[in-house]
Amino acid sequence: MNTFDQTSLWIVIIGMALGSFALRFAFIGFMGGRKMPDWLMRHLRYTAVAILPALVTPLVVWPSPTGGETSLPHLAVAALTFAVGYLTRNVLWALLSGVCGFLLLFLLG
Amino acid sequence: MAITTTKSLFLRGLIDSLPFLLVASPFGLLFGVLAAEAGLNVLEALAFSLAVFAGAAQFTALQLLQENTPLLIVLTSALAVNLRMGMYSASLTPYLGDAPMWQRACAAYMTVDQSYALSIVKFEDEPEMTTSQRMAYFFGTTSVIAPSWMIATVIGAWVGAQIPASWGLDFVLPLAFLAMIGPMLRTPAHMVACFVAIVASLPATLMPHNLGLIVAGLAGMMAGAQTELWLERAAARSNAEQETAP
Repeated sequence: MNTFDQTSLWIVIIGMALGSFALRFAFIGFMGGRKMPDWLMRHLRYTAVAILPALVTPLVVWPSPTGGETSLPHLAVAALTFAVGYLTRNVLWALLSGVCGFLLLFLLG
Repeated sequence: MAITTTKSLFLRGLIDSLPFLLVASPFGLLFGVLAAEAGLNVLEALAFSLAVFAGAAQFTALQLLQENTPLLIVLTSALAVNLRMGMYSASLTPYLGDAPMWQRACAAYMTVDQSYALSIVKFEDEPEMTTSQRMAYFFGTTSVIAPSWMIATVIGAWVGAQIPASWGLDFVLPLAFLAMIGPMLRTPAHMVACFVAIVASLPATLMPHNLGLIVAGLAGMMAGAQTELWLERAAARSNAEQETAP
């Protein structure tokens, strides 16, 4: 299922390496003690909690193992993983429940 | 009272970071497995982890690459997931900004969720630490995590290459993300951002080239920021009312 070519892969790896480093270095390297504008910080606080759900939702609603057809068991395993993460505040328990749920899907499906 | 030398602070950071191994290793393993499923060889998977060293962004890029997304959107989305590193960097600057440039450059590379979370608490608790002591602690927190992330990736990629694609392992990727999202939702504003992003993401899939991801993400960010403002204003109003009440 290698649908992308080597060149694309390496462009992404190198681009991400440079981009990630720039993000991490920008402030500590150049900004010194100056403060960022409040409105910007306020939006940045919500990048991860917005982008990740936006990425995940279509993958859960139209899961690839069923060929993109909405499936109740897949939705249930996804809901379980999320709920365990939210309730326990622990990524590891959540991931473990998710993997167990996935194994169940695999064995039953 | 213990003597806080630079060396002992490095060790302190190292020990404090050990519990995080339990989180970093499985995710590194999973990244390796999914990278192998996506057609990357062990070397490519390792290069990915070494060069980028940011779990969530690596998973994002891997998923989008497989959907034949234009490279500009792959990069924008993955870096958007990594924007929080910019925030971390900004908030560490008052504590580490005086260190020599080469140390700051190394620290920038090593800025991940774990090293940030541990260090910022330590630096706030012990304001008398010097910059070099802070750096020692900071490097301590990543000196085990970073190599184990790389090793886990290699093992994962090697194992993943033996797993047939028919197992449908790609569904583990959204599950891994869901596991990360739950613990991030600490305030009502986080929940609003998450909810708006979810609702927006479904119709947004109609947009070409996975552009909808960025649109839905921005919608969530604006919703979160706006909610934070409203809640702050509401709190300020109710405080003011209480003070003026007879």
